[in-house]
Amino acid sequence: MSFWERNQLKLAPFLFLTPAVSLFLLFVIYPIIDSIWVSFHDWSGVARYALNEDGTYKNFKWVGFQNYIDLFTYDDEFYVSLLNNLKWFIFSLLAIPLGLLLALFLNQNIFGMRYIKSFFYFPFVINAVVIGVIFSWFYNPKYGSLAYLLNIFGLDPIPVLSDEVLATYGIIAASFFPGIAYTMILYITGLTSVSKEMVEAGRIDGASGLTMLWHIIIPQLRPATLIAVVVTIVGALRSFDLIAVMTLGGPWGSTKVLAYKMYEEALFNFRMGYGAAIAVILFLLMSIYIAWFLYRLFKQEKGEK
Amino acid sequence: MFPTPIQNYSLTTNIIYRILLGITLFIWLLPLIAVMLTSIRTFEDILVGDYWSWPEETAIISNYTAIFESGKMSRFFLNSVIITLPTVFGTLFLSSMAGYSLAVHKFKLNLLLFCMFIAGNFVPFQILMIPVRMLTIDLGIYNSHFGLIIFHIAFQTGFCTFFLRNFIKELPFELIEAARADGASEWLIYRKIILPLLTPSLAALGVLEFTFIWNDYFWALILTQGDNVKPITIGLDMLRGQWVATYNLIAAGSVLAALPPVIMFFAMQRHFIMGLTFGAVKG
Repeated sequence: MSFWERNQLKLAPFLFLTPAVSLFLLFVIYPIIDSIWVSFHDWSGVARYALNEDGTYKNFKWVGFQNYIDLFTYDDEFYVSLLNNLKWFIFSLLAIPLGLLLALFLNQNIFGMRYIKSFFYFPFVINAVVIGVIFSWFYNPKYGSLAYLLNIFGLDPIPVLSDEVLATYGIIAASFFPGIAYTMILYITGLTSVSKEMVEAGRIDGASGLTMLWHIIIPQLRPATLIAVVVTIVGALRSFDLIAVMTLGGPWGSTKVLAYKMYEEALFNFRMGYGAAIAVILFLLMSIYIAWFLYRLFKQEKGEK
Repeated sequence: MFPTPIQNYSLTTNIIYRILLGITLFIWLLPLIAVMLTSIRTFEDILVGDYWSWPEETAIISNYTAIFESGKMSRFFLNSVIITLPTVFGTLFLSSMAGYSLAVHKFKLNLLLFCMFIAGNFVPFQILMIPVRMLTIDLGIYNSHFGLIIFHIAFQTGFCTFFLRNFIKELPFELIEAARADGASEWLIYRKIILPLLTPSLAALGVLEFTFIWNDYFWALILTQGDNVKPITIGLDMLRGQWVATYNLIAAGSVLAALPPVIMFFAMQRHFIMGLTFGAVKG
């Protein structure tokens, strides 16, 4: 037996995994650690490793927690962004019951339903720029269909995207279009596996309508709900594209979220350390949420067994 | 209504259901219909502010030629293709190998690596922004197709490895043992036994990844600068700034930017939904 034949099973994992793992380490794991490191420094983004004569870094200065202190004490915009992330977090969740409602409505076997369903699904694959274009037009106070609708009821047009209070809600509403499509897909698939026996049993016990939905259908849809919640919340914390396309964070910074603020601080104000600090806060928020989520999942699984 | 089949209801209910369904569908698609309608309007219609009537005179050909000629949309479209296709194939290749190994090989770091890939799915990717941008600049791949491709492959590998590892784990292990007993090498097993069995999952992941990468906006914004690299999402956003009031051209550009994933979706719907709802049924 050759060396290769004897040791193949030991060497194989190394060979199979090296490409994926090394790329992942280089472009995902290392950047996370580096972001945390950068967040403790003052750096404009140029010549990180240039040295002073005494051997210290010229452009990359250690400042300890100063970036974080600045964020929490002096930066009002940071709190605006944080609050906006919270709004995204809460209101995005509305896509879940709306998706369920639509899924229940569509879950009938009539002629051509398969095709009708595909038409309901496909906004999910349309990119944020196009969604942003569509909804910017919809909200346009001069030509938009919203103004047109309001006009029918004799109301004045509302310039949603240039209103400091309404703009964020306007963008969240735009995110519903693909968001509802997604949760609906999850629920329609989930509904196919709802047990007919349990529905029958429920019917014999006199359950119908909402009682049936609440006590028999929804518990069986738990896996779908779980994924819908995770994906929707992770999406809400990551939200960036629609804001960049629809308002560029305006009017007067009122629609900024943490991700957008970080992008602006780092690439337009050249404050890499400050931007990285915002990214780290976003990362911590997400980690807390995921940890809490996994903990609940773990406890529930244990409880069921 | 659910779970009672609509057929058990009276004729009136059936008719009302169908009418309601039609109305809902119409409202749901209205934004998209509006964009398509605008994309074939003439400049005259746009000038008068006529957006909702059925256009008497259409400008399909002139509008779509215009975006290709003056708007560099053909370049952006091509860039998107150049970025998306290698990313999809590269990701599937790397993650199927990694997934295979994590599913069937026993070694110390197995669980740790698996957890690393899962955790990567949840990372708010903005935390990678500054280091990844600097890294691509240092490596000389900033503002290149290759830079975007390699980063996308690295990031997407997390999700795909997780998906494929779980799928391979469900396959009967005896298959692999039998092949090993016959003296097949690990590579041969991966190539001749695992990959063919994975085809449906790879198709599902492939269409999903195609959509993700084609629709990517954030990373293209961070890692590109010039027109010869920018994908269509960035290109379209840029053109909005240039063609302020020519809504028909922006609409035509939007249709073009949205089309490939939509075609992909309708062509491979079953696979698409399988990839998307992975785990939604089984939990």
